Amino acid sequence: MSGMVEKRGLGTWATHIGLLIGIAIICFPIYMAFVASTVTQPEIARPPMPLLPGSHFIENYTAALTQGINAPVWQMLLNSSIMAMGIAVGKIVISIISAYAIVYFRFPFRMMFFWLIFLTLMLPVEVRIVPTYEVVAGFGMLNSYTGLILPLVASATATFLFRQFFLTVPDELAEAARVDGAGPIRFFLDILLPMSRTNIAALFVILFIYGWNQYLWPLLITTKPEMNTIVMGIKQMFPSGDDIADWPVIMATTLMAMLPPVAVVVFMQRLFVKGLVESEK
Amino acid sequence: MQKRVVFNNRLLPYLLLAPQIVVTMLFFFWPAGQAIYQSAFIPDPFGLSSQFVGWGNFEFLLSDPYYLASFKTTVVFSTLVTVTSMGAALWLAVMADRVIKGSSAYKTLLVWPYAVAPAVAGVLWLFMFNPNVGLVAWYLGAAGYDWNHVLNDGEAMGLVVAASSWRQISYNFLFFLAGLQAIPKSVIEAAAIDGASFARRFWTIVFPLLSPTTFFLLVVNIVYAFFETFGVIHTITAGGPQQATTILVYKVFSDGFVGQDLGSSAAQSVILLVLVGLLTVVQFRYIERKVHY
Repeated sequence: MSGMVEKRGLGTWATHIGLLIGIAIICFPIYMAFVASTVTQPEIARPPMPLLPGSHFIENYTAALTQGINAPVWQMLLNSSIMAMGIAVGKIVISIISAYAIVYFRFPFRMMFFWLIFLTLMLPVEVRIVPTYEVVAGFGMLNSYTGLILPLVASATATFLFRQFFLTVPDELAEAARVDGAGPIRFFLDILLPMSRTNIAALFVILFIYGWNQYLWPLLITTKPEMNTIVMGIKQMFPSGDDIADWPVIMATTLMAMLPPVAVVVFMQRLFVKGLVESEK
Repeated sequence: MQKRVVFNNRLLPYLLLAPQIVVTMLFFFWPAGQAIYQSAFIPDPFGLSSQFVGWGNFEFLLSDPYYLASFKTTVVFSTLVTVTSMGAALWLAVMADRVIKGSSAYKTLLVWPYAVAPAVAGVLWLFMFNPNVGLVAWYLGAAGYDWNHVLNDGEAMGLVVAASSWRQISYNFLFFLAGLQAIPKSVIEAAAIDGASFARRFWTIVFPLLSPTTFFLLVVNIVYAFFETFGVIHTITAGGPQQATTILVYKVFSDGFVGQDLGSSAAQSVILLVLVGLLTVVQFRYIERKVHY
């Protein structure tokens, strides 16, 4: 808004150019990955690689999707979708019902449960990997969707978000529901849940990205290539030893790995920003 | 904290809480308890029995030059990532705040890297700087600089910092932009009428008013660099060369899964638990204060 303050002209142009340079630098890695996914392996193996896209787009993407290197990419995309959806839906469901219990009921040990959920904020999976792996292995959940999803569905953040929201809902609504003879489950399903729509959608965007982008956890618990998720599967596509990596197929896979979450952010930008800001409160 | 109007039901609240509490117990508290328990033992090489050593694993770690080096690496890495990504984001946010036309287009073009997984960011940067085929590595070579992050410690660190910061810029940008847009324009205009230059206005008015956002982002970025950059390290350097990019989280993984040193890995987990705890407390202290502003 400095237009009101300063004379327009040169300064505005400099600002636009500065921003465009920043954006160009930020987009450059993606552009190079795209170019690499449209050329042939020998073109990359003899540097410098081309700066403009080639004509092998369809060929490389088809090869990645149908064959991949260890597992076809369609399979990994499917696994990632199941994992991301499972984590996002699971976190939302168990968080919204526990927030409902904490806000709308009075019962012994209510605060203790609240603090138990709160403490999970301090236990990211990265710091308890070995024992969590042992628990999951003990349940026989290695190489399964349950093993990929279940250990990650507890969520202090989502519980807090719903709790905050429920606290802003006028008491009169619950009062009216009670007068009308509606029980707690009716009230939740017919009134609270529809009112939470926007919050649920915003949270879903953030949690979908979180689930899709998991790396360490699927790396530990999926040993079979057909259970790999796409984000962790890319690294497995590099040959061990001195063989030259199949860069066109790897880069096609990399772009496909980032496409779903990036599309979610770009097309649901308003919900994304809302979710991001609120989940940090 | 609670409603005046509540429902009366003895069983229902427990049923509603049950799924969250069961998952939390099984996959959070039980493993965390296991980590604390295991940190006091050294298992024999066959894993058949283990010997109680008390604080032994911790004493060993804190005198182990590799562990101390990993601590130092983590501090250097987090500082560089935080400064780089916050600096670049603030610069972009200040510019985006100045433009009137097209600011939402700029925003869209700058937010999407947040959606790129750290591991994917790692692969993208690895490709550009790969010593054999990477485009940037090749041009650096043509300009007379022999890039090889597989052998050179500093270059390896630079590359993991670049990839980690790249992905975090969009997050910082969004929060800085929101912070800048919340500053009343009248304050800035008053200073401009008094003849203060843009730079002077920025450092004496805008930057101090932005400090709550800056502090919040500082904590978030340190947490990010400490715990969420595993994917970047694993894809680009795997902790190497030697141990030049082995941050603490990577060391828990490599000692626990690759080295099978469970006692030491558990002790490292416990140290990280304490670190996360401290960071969480700092974060919440600050947020409480923000509420009472």
